Amino acid sequence: MAETSVTHAHEMHEHDHSEEAQLWEGGKEPFRASYGKLMMWYFLLSDAFTFAGFLIAYGALRFSMPTWPEPDFVFGSLPFVQAHWPLIFVTFMTFVLIFSSVTMVRAVQEGHRENQKGVVFWMLLTILGGATFLGSQAYEWTTLIVKENMSLSQNPFGRHIADGVYLNENGSEAKKPDGSPLEFHKGESYLMHIHDGHPTGLVFHDASQPGEKMIQHEGTKIKYTTGAYAGQVREAEMGPKAFGALFFFITGFHGFHVFSGVLFLTIIMINAAGGVYAARRNGYEMVEKIGLYWHFVDLVWVFVFLVFYLL
Amino acid sequence: MAGHQTYEEQKALVFYGLKLLGAITIVEVVVALLAKGHLIHGIKFSEGFGHYLYMLLMIGFSLYKAYFIIFFFMHMAYEVRGLAMSVLLPTGLLVWAIIAFFQEGSSWGARRELIKEKNEEIIKPVPASQPQGYWLPGITERNKG
Repeated sequence: MAETSVTHAHEMHEHDHSEEAQLWEGGKEPFRASYGKLMMWYFLLSDAFTFAGFLIAYGALRFSMPTWPEPDFVFGSLPFVQAHWPLIFVTFMTFVLIFSSVTMVRAVQEGHRENQKGVVFWMLLTILGGATFLGSQAYEWTTLIVKENMSLSQNPFGRHIADGVYLNENGSEAKKPDGSPLEFHKGESYLMHIHDGHPTGLVFHDASQPGEKMIQHEGTKIKYTTGAYAGQVREAEMGPKAFGALFFFITGFHGFHVFSGVLFLTIIMINAAGGVYAARRNGYEMVEKIGLYWHFVDLVWVFVFLVFYLL
Repeated sequence: MAGHQTYEEQKALVFYGLKLLGAITIVEVVVALLAKGHLIHGIKFSEGFGHYLYMLLMIGFSLYKAYFIIFFFMHMAYEVRGLAMSVLLPTGLLVWAIIAFFQEGSSWGARRELIKEKNEEIIKPVPASQPQGYWLPGITERNKG
């Protein structure tokens, strides 16, 4: 036994010796990238899997539900404006991130030229972009939580599963001002109005009118005229609970990335301004590494935007 | 590090990227609003075949934006092949995760309906003279329990 292992070890040694020329002897960087940059790439790869896990969970749960809230209806608020403007605010947020990504590339380029003032200037703009994005997200969350009562376990946004008509509190059919019945159709969105934790009414579009006029209706009773519950009077139900938890967790996790990105950008900008990286003479590599992270945050937003707001 | 590009070329790429990403985002939003009937009253193509076309279009645009950000803003295009492959290839696993979990989600959806049906099913009471199950011949009254 001992004899064989000795022979084996000897063979191994010979083998090693013959391939010595191809082995890594240190000194040269694998993949011609520094350790920090390479590890940043692998960290971002793992982070991509975390986000993918969240977004795939969103997809799987959405596929498992008979109805799902319509994004245009959920995300239609704008600051200082009462009207319903679907997707406009989130488009603004997307542009803020694109701009901050572009200013980040400029900072990295100035770093390669060892231009200290350029690095600090473009990083400052990037930080302002990140802060603007966080502020916008705070507005969006506040609207959903305070005004529309969405929470981790409660989602007031729903869609009708069949055609029907809205009823008044006393059970009679609700009428429009012109006297015709206030009808709804399969797939149309509504928002449950909640007061002191109890549903009190519904908010929806008047589908017969062009534009985005919102109607407030007192009472939560509806009567279906088609589908499995045709002829029955029922309480309008809240939307799938999972929507609230998924929205706050996924946009929250992304927002946390933006927040920590802003913190690191600030630290690195202060260091750059203080001449820490100029002394290293390595083309502001630290700026390049935080740049990778910052672009990744923009990259994730591309998919959050796709999954939550576009599809 | 994009070392083979001049400074002017690098700057030009940045502003090209800004225009490209901005234009794709505007197109995405306009198509989304059009598809869901917000731009022209009475016209929408977010159901049936049009819905699949719409989703493919949106996913395509997003993937192109992702490609541009990774390859040009993050400089993956100028890294050595081994680095690019070791980062990009593992994400291929996600294709399988998407197929598997969406299939799983649809299956939950299908079962949700089945469970609801079963919960609402009314089962007729069985009279004591007609017990359920089946007895092999030769089993005595004592063995029935």
